[in-house]
Amino acid sequence: MSAHKYSSVQNIDNSTPVVDRNLKPKITARSVDVFYSGKQALFGVDLEIGSQTVTSLIGPSGCGKSTFLRCMNRMNDVIEGCTVTGTIKLDGNDINSSDVDVVQLRALVGMVFQKPNPFPKSIYDNVAYGPRIHGLVSGSSETDEIVENSLRRAGLWDEVKERLQEPGTGLSGGQQQRLCIARAIAVSPEVILMDEPCSALDPIATAIIEELIDELRENFTIVIVTHSMQQAARVSQRTAFFHLGNLVEFGDTELIFTNPREQRTQDYITGRFG
Amino acid sequence: MNDTIMDSGLRPSRETANIVRRGLKKRYAAEQRFKLYGLLAVCAALAFLVIMLGNIIYKGHTAFIQTEVKLEIYFDEDVIDPTGKRDEQTLRGADYGRLIKTSLRKQFPNVQKRRDKRKLYRIVSAGSPFELYRMVQKDPSLIGKTQAIWISAAANIDILNKGGIDTTRPETERRVNNKEISWYENLREAGLIRADFNTRFFTAGDSRDPEQAGVLGAVIGSLLTLAITLLLSFPFGVMAAIYLEEFAPQNRWTDIIEVNINNLAAVPSIVFGLLGLAVFLNFFGLPRSAPLVGGMVLALMTLPTIIIASRAALKSVPPSIREAALGVGASRMQVVTDHVAPLAMPGILTGTIIGMARALGESAPLLMIGMVAFIVDVPQSPTDPATVLPVQVYLWADSPERAFVERTSAAIIVLIGFLVCMNLTAQILRQKFEKHW
Repeated sequence: MSAHKYSSVQNIDNSTPVVDRNLKPKITARSVDVFYSGKQALFGVDLEIGSQTVTSLIGPSGCGKSTFLRCMNRMNDVIEGCTVTGTIKLDGNDINSSDVDVVQLRALVGMVFQKPNPFPKSIYDNVAYGPRIHGLVSGSSETDEIVENSLRRAGLWDEVKERLQEPGTGLSGGQQQRLCIARAIAVSPEVILMDEPCSALDPIATAIIEELIDELRENFTIVIVTHSMQQAARVSQRTAFFHLGNLVEFGDTELIFTNPREQRTQDYITGRFG
Repeated sequence: MNDTIMDSGLRPSRETANIVRRGLKKRYAAEQRFKLYGLLAVCAALAFLVIMLGNIIYKGHTAFIQTEVKLEIYFDEDVIDPTGKRDEQTLRGADYGRLIKTSLRKQFPNVQKRRDKRKLYRIVSAGSPFELYRMVQKDPSLIGKTQAIWISAAANIDILNKGGIDTTRPETERRVNNKEISWYENLREAGLIRADFNTRFFTAGDSRDPEQAGVLGAVIGSLLTLAITLLLSFPFGVMAAIYLEEFAPQNRWTDIIEVNINNLAAVPSIVFGLLGLAVFLNFFGLPRSAPLVGGMVLALMTLPTIIIASRAALKSVPPSIREAALGVGASRMQVVTDHVAPLAMPGILTGTIIGMARALGESAPLLMIGMVAFIVDVPQSPTDPATVLPVQVYLWADSPERAFVERTSAAIIVLIGFLVCMNLTAQILRQKFEKHW
């Protein structure tokens, strides 16, 4: 509804195809509005998330990027007074329609949060929890396998294989976040949403996670919210810039960072506001 | 340098330091005073606690000792069972008091006057014939034999033996006269008086005779009542808390419910007793004086405490855990049963135990539903008439016999013992199961 205020966004919608050339869009959002107790937080966001790419959402605090991220696995459902309008389609199916169950959706669209939040259980149980509740595993050998696989893909296996029964909360911050990633990929989702996954980590742990994100791109579609422009530039192929609840600009990361169409994008990435 | 600072409107740093230094002494003095007040408050509280506990233990510890008199009892067949049938009826109805009286007369052949004899018989407990009956009931072969038996002394002799009677005072001003004292001295010199651990205090129900009275009836009554309370209030309280905290929408109705629960927690307990009397006894016709009804009344009283404590415990589980579980696709119920409830459990249990401890110490609502009755038998089931520990304390404190003073304190010691155990359990549970993250 407010898209007409920004001609470039309309341009994206009408003329230039947003979708990556070869890949089908994994998630398609159309005129998504979000209200928190009547206060509008997102204004008509149209966005396409390409399959097996890393899409980063950037923008100043309170711009609605996390809100949009949480729309994609309906985490906003649990927030009192939050309403989402518009359509978000995952592989062509409206995720808000009545025949899509939220539990099923979250098995397909996993999430990694800002602060590492492992369950206060063992490392093993942290990873095994998802497969167990969805009934993806039967028997302990199958569970062992999925736990090992997930931890390996999260690059944590070698560090924790000797102490799988120790509490996940005893790991370092970076390890905890990789444990959370392992937990998310254990249910083999198609999309992984990451809400500022490195904001609580030191540069070394951040580098490891970024490397991991790049590897995971082969198998998963990744959407990452980040405050770090460098991180967005390093890990993502597509970047969306949000400001005051509007999607200002969306395109290839390279273009956004080298030659943004919008003045506000330019100002933000060069650090003039934000 | 200094000039530029002055120009910018700031004091030179040296001056700031001087001002700070001048104020320092005052600041530290205030801090010292504050610490001192706190320390004084803690000391005062501790002093009151020590005085209270010390007083109770000082008064009550003697109740755990019972004076006994050794008597040669001849189990005369002519008295107990002249027909030789040995049936229950005859054994129960026999005059065991006569055996004791005979033995006492033999011990003190000089006592001749009727009045003196009557006094002499009162050296031993009025309940001692029953003790003999219990012996014969257990072993009927005793009949016809003579045996030396330790028999509970009467309350007055018990107090005398424990040094509770000032023998220097004039005879008319004390509860035992000179003759009784001489008999007592006589027995003691013959080694026929001993002070033994008072097992009866822990194995008997209430009695009108202090030396026969025990707390077992009240302890069992309390345990049955608490079991009913726990059974009713824990599941209801926890379920209500989980629903209100995790599932209920935030609207005017839940606000009203919350306000009402908080109010209910502050309602005086006697009101719950009146409610129990009107609803459980008069309307539903449940048995009077029964732990079942007592437990139900106390459950009503404990419910708000448990709900409030459980909600606080659930609230303290970080939302990130809920998000993590939802994020991997757990349903809301799985979030609660797999993560939130287990993490909140130490807090919930602590709250429950504190509520239970309060219920254990409650007497007023139980008076209203008749648990204040004089009940000798130890209750066997939740529907038997019973009393509870605090009400027993109340009953004994109200009794005129001097020997009940120490028993009152002893019952308080037992009650405090239970409370300490419960609170310790709460503390241990909290420390053992509390997770840190």
